Amino acid sequence: MPELELHALAHARTGDKGNRLNISLIAYAPALYPLLVEQVTEAAVAARFAHRRPSAVKRYELPKIHALNFVLDDVLDGGVTQALNLDSHGKTLSFHLLGLRIPVPAGLVKYAKLGPAVG
Amino acid sequence: MAERMLIGAGAGYSGDRIDAPIAVVRDLRASGEKAAIIFETLGERTLALAQLRRRENPNLGYEPKLKALLTPVLKDCVDAKIAIIGNFGAGNPPAAAKLIAELASELGTPARIGVVTGDDMLGPDGIEVLRAATDDLPDSKLLVSANAYLGAAPIVEALGEGADIVVTGRVADPSLTLAPLIHAFGWAYDDWHRLGQGTMAGHLLECGAQVTGGYFADPGFKDVPQPENIGYPIAAIERSGQFIIGKAQGGGLVDRRTVAEQLLYEVHDPAAYLTPDVAADISNAAIVELGHDRVRVDGITGHRRPDTLKVTVCYDGGFIAEGEISYYGPNALARARLAADIVKKRSPKDIRIRCDIIGVLSVLADDDGRAFDDPDQWPAEPSSDVRLRVAFAGNDTALVERGLQEVEALYCAGPAAGGGIRLSLRPRIAATSCFVPRDAVKAKVEIMEARRA
Repeated sequence: MPELELHALAHARTGDKGNRLNISLIAYAPALYPLLVEQVTEAAVAARFAHRRPSAVKRYELPKIHALNFVLDDVLDGGVTQALNLDSHGKTLSFHLLGLRIPVPAGLVKYAKLGPAVG
Repeated sequence: MAERMLIGAGAGYSGDRIDAPIAVVRDLRASGEKAAIIFETLGERTLALAQLRRRENPNLGYEPKLKALLTPVLKDCVDAKIAIIGNFGAGNPPAAAKLIAELASELGTPARIGVVTGDDMLGPDGIEVLRAATDDLPDSKLLVSANAYLGAAPIVEALGEGADIVVTGRVADPSLTLAPLIHAFGWAYDDWHRLGQGTMAGHLLECGAQVTGGYFADPGFKDVPQPENIGYPIAAIERSGQFIIGKAQGGGLVDRRTVAEQLLYEVHDPAAYLTPDVAADISNAAIVELGHDRVRVDGITGHRRPDTLKVTVCYDGGFIAEGEISYYGPNALARARLAADIVKKRSPKDIRIRCDIIGVLSVLADDDGRAFDDPDQWPAEPSSDVRLRVAFAGNDTALVERGLQEVEALYCAGPAAGGGIRLSLRPRIAATSCFVPRDAVKAKVEIMEARRA
C-alpha cells in the first residue's frame, strides 16, 4: 500500500490558547475522511508531537465537514508569553502534522493532491 | 424591522492590513442593506501593552492605529448608518472615544459614540474578586492588566441608545458581531440556538481575512487569487440566525476549505465553544458552497451560557533577549554549533537559554533580490547558509544582557567568519486566566456626542 503525507490528503490550521494547541485536519475529499479517522488517532498525533511532550491529546470528530479537531495540552513550552521558540504561538505546527505519512489504499489515491512539484 | 443584516470585518488583529476596511465599507454601502462593521484588534497581550502605554500617558492606551483605521471610513459609515463596533478602546475606551469624536468633528460629521467599560478588574474591588477566584494570582505589584471578557449586552445597550460607533475594551471577540444582531432582530438573551449561530458568524468574521483566503495559501495545494489584495469577509445573517459568509470585492476566496479552517480555529470541544453569551455548538455544522465566494453554514446551535466570566490577567514576565549570527560555506553548520556551545558555556547559569539554527538563503543573496528570484543560485545544501539564534529569558535584566553580550562577542572571539549579528532585548508580559462570577463584573455604558466642527 502506498504511503502518502497527510499534506496530500488534508489541510490544517492551528490555534493557541495559553499552553494548549488545537489543530484542525480537514479532508480534501469526503471519501478520505474515514481514512483519517482510522489512521490519525490520538496516539498517532501524540507520537508525532512526542518531542513536545503533550500531557494529553484529545480528538473530536466532525463528520459533516470531514474534519478532525485535535487538542494538545502543554506542547507550547508555556505558550506565547513564556516560550523561547521563534514561533511561540505554535502557528507553524499544523504543517508538522501534515508531514505525517500514512498508508493509503490504492482506491483512494485518486483523491490525493500531489502538488505541482511531485505530481 | 430588517429581516437580514450584513456585518463586515475591518480588522482581525492589531497588526492587520490598514486599508482592509475601505473595500468592506464600500460594498456594505453599495448593498443598501442594514449593516455594521466590526474591528477586532485586541489579542491576549495587546491589552497589557495598551495598559503600559496608558500608565505612561493617561490619554493613550487605545489601539495605536485607531485613527488610521477609521479616517477613510468613519464619515461614510455614519452617513450610511453602518454601525462601527470595535474593541479598539483596548486599555482606555474613553480616550479612544475622545479621539473618534475629534476625528468625526474634523470630518464634519456628527456622531454618537457608545463607550463600554467595566472590564478592567485591576482596581481594589476587582483584585479582591480575583483573589477569591484563584490561588495563583501574581503579586499585586507585578500585575499589568486584568480584564474580564464582557459579552454582547453592553454593546446592545449602546446601540439601543443610538450609538453610531461603539468602543469597547475587552469583550469576547464574537460578541462584537452578536451585539448588532441582537439589537437588529430583538433576539432574546436565552435564545441559545440563535445566539449560537450569531456567535459562530462572529467567530468566522473576527480574524478578518482568515476566512477569505488569508493564512491559507499553500502554493500548488491551496492557491489564493490576489493574496496581496484580499477582500475581507462580509456575513449576511437572517433573523432566523442562518447565515452566509461572503467577502468584499478584491482577491481571496471563500469556499468550504477556508470556512472549515476558520470554523475550527482556536476551538477545543466543538460542542461547547464558550463565550459570555452562549455555549455555541458546531458539532453538527455543515458547510454548503453557494458559489461566487459565498458559503452557508448550517447545523449550528447553542446551549446555556456559562455562569462565570473569563478574566485574563497579565503580569510582568521578565525579559527576553535574542541574538543571531550567520555562518556560510564549507563547515558552516559545525561553526554555528560551536558558536552555540561557546555562548552556552559563557552565559549566566540562572537564565533560560535556547539555541536554533536557521537557514536556506540569507547571507549569500544580494540586495536586489537576484539570488532570491533564482533558486539555481541558492546553496546546494541548505546547511551551508545558516544562522544561529540564541534566545535568553529571565527576570534579571542584567543577567539576560550578559547572555546577549556573549553573542556579540562572537565577532572577535567566536568561530571563523561569523557575520551579521543582530541583538534585541525586550520586556515580556506573562498571562494567566481565571473565572469569576458573572455578577462580580459590572459593565458600564456611556454616550459621547461629537458635533460638527
